[in-house]
Amino acid sequence: MGGYAAYVWPAYAVFFVVLAADFFAPALRRRRNLRELRARLARQSARQQRSASS
Amino acid sequence: MTAAPLPAACAAVLRRDLTLAWRRRGDIAMPVLYALIVATLFPFALGPEQALLQRIAGGVVLVTVLLAMLLALDAMFRSDIEDGSLEQLVLAPQPLAVLLGMKILAHWLTTALPLIVVAPLLAGMLHLPAEVIPVLLLALLLATPMLSLLGAVLVALTAGTRRSGMLLALMLLPLCVPVVIFAAGAVAAAQQGLPWLAPIAWLGAALALTLVLAPLGCAVALRIALDA
Amino acid sequence: MSDWIPLWLHKLGSPPVFYRFAGALRPWMLALALLLGAVALYGGLVLAPADYQQGDAYRIIFIHVPSAWMSLFIYGVMAVASFIALVWRIKLAEVVAMESAPVGACFTFITLVTGSLWGKPMWGTWWTWDARLTSELVLLFLYLGVIGLYHAFEDRRQGARAAAFLAIVGIINVPIVHFSVNWWNTLHQGSTVRILGPSKMSGDMLWPLLTMMAATKFYYLASLFGRIRADLLAMESGKDWVRQIAAREEAR
Repeated sequence: MGGYAAYVWPAYAVFFVVLAADFFAPALRRRRNLRELRARLARQSARQQRSASS
Repeated sequence: MTAAPLPAACAAVLRRDLTLAWRRRGDIAMPVLYALIVATLFPFALGPEQALLQRIAGGVVLVTVLLAMLLALDAMFRSDIEDGSLEQLVLAPQPLAVLLGMKILAHWLTTALPLIVVAPLLAGMLHLPAEVIPVLLLALLLATPMLSLLGAVLVALTAGTRRSGMLLALMLLPLCVPVVIFAAGAVAAAQQGLPWLAPIAWLGAALALTLVLAPLGCAVALRIALDA
Repeated sequence: MSDWIPLWLHKLGSPPVFYRFAGALRPWMLALALLLGAVALYGGLVLAPADYQQGDAYRIIFIHVPSAWMSLFIYGVMAVASFIALVWRIKLAEVVAMESAPVGACFTFITLVTGSLWGKPMWGTWWTWDARLTSELVLLFLYLGVIGLYHAFEDRRQGARAAAFLAIVGIINVPIVHFSVNWWNTLHQGSTVRILGPSKMSGDMLWPLLTMMAATKFYYLASLFGRIRADLLAMESGKDWVRQIAAREEAR
């Protein structure tokens, strides 16, 4: 890189790291939301069963 | 029931806001005190050298006034939201934009005008040459209403939120960049003995534009923020 | 509703339909982005010769300039979607506007950092108050303001509408800022900084740049679709179709 490697490679690293973080953040958010939704549904159905049995 | 004519409604809103501000006179003094403190701290941080202070005086006074106005901006609609009178204003038969314009005028009279009055004192503390002070005052007279108007739009947008202090500053920064540039540009030009009319004229043109658009935008923003 | 708008466009505005549509298109967008990005990197880092003035440092241009274009392009998309969201109150337009903002902020941030890394060896400084740099910084603050306002509201839709209004105010502001910063810069010290213009570029430097631009466009679509899908699931979590998806993911 003709003496400029210390500037060129960090620039490319920033580009890829920031975009990767941007890309994977919604996937994590999606998984968390679905997990919370499943937990909520499980709680709801458990409560319904309890009230039906009592 | 017939609606009150518009001028009477405007006068009522203005009188009410000014009365409220007068009952809490201490709050009016706060931004002025804040500006005085900031302007006092600058020489301590930079050293008492007159030439340096003279060079930065115009910009420091402008930024100080801007920050002091930002401090008071947050409270523009807060008490009205808390006691529900802002919703009454939205429901009033008169055009909301005009009534909000009156509220903004009242806010400018109670926060910006005291700051403009003490601005020569701040400038004097920082050794701004006396012949530049009229230009500084003219720039402030044009810039502060614009900050009040632009700030009012943003305050209206955050009307439905709890924490808004820092957010308000973040949103206001891009909007006040041109205002600061032209106001400080006029002062700097006057200081260097250059013609300062052009930036003042730009400020005036921008003020005319915001004077028309900002109350309308403020009304739209308020309707968005209040309809839950 | 006007009858010149085809029915499928109306259908696309419904969250479950768009969820499936985005899910089907997203892998293709990502694949195109990666492929074009790889080609552009090969062309830019291997094939293109070193610049006779700047040596190899100019190779930052292949990510810096596409990012700068995207930062403006995404702001435009956000403003148009905001306008649609405020005028026609389409839920999907709100989501597009609000989920574009983080992507745009990322590109703006990349532009500033890579520009800084380019400026240090070329101009000898990390930062200069040049008109373009300052406008880009203000653009970052505009993005952050929109994102901050959106998250300040308890109610997502209300937050989206308020932030959409701010985005529209912002797009009026961008040219004013650029003009005033230009004026300010000439008043103070004229900047001697010049970035090499695309017109002066030779072909084997230009095509990797344009390819990279296409790659970032596809990347934006892929990222936006992923974000919209996540957002739609969160917004519609009470609805039946989201429950079915939740149940299906658990089975896997």
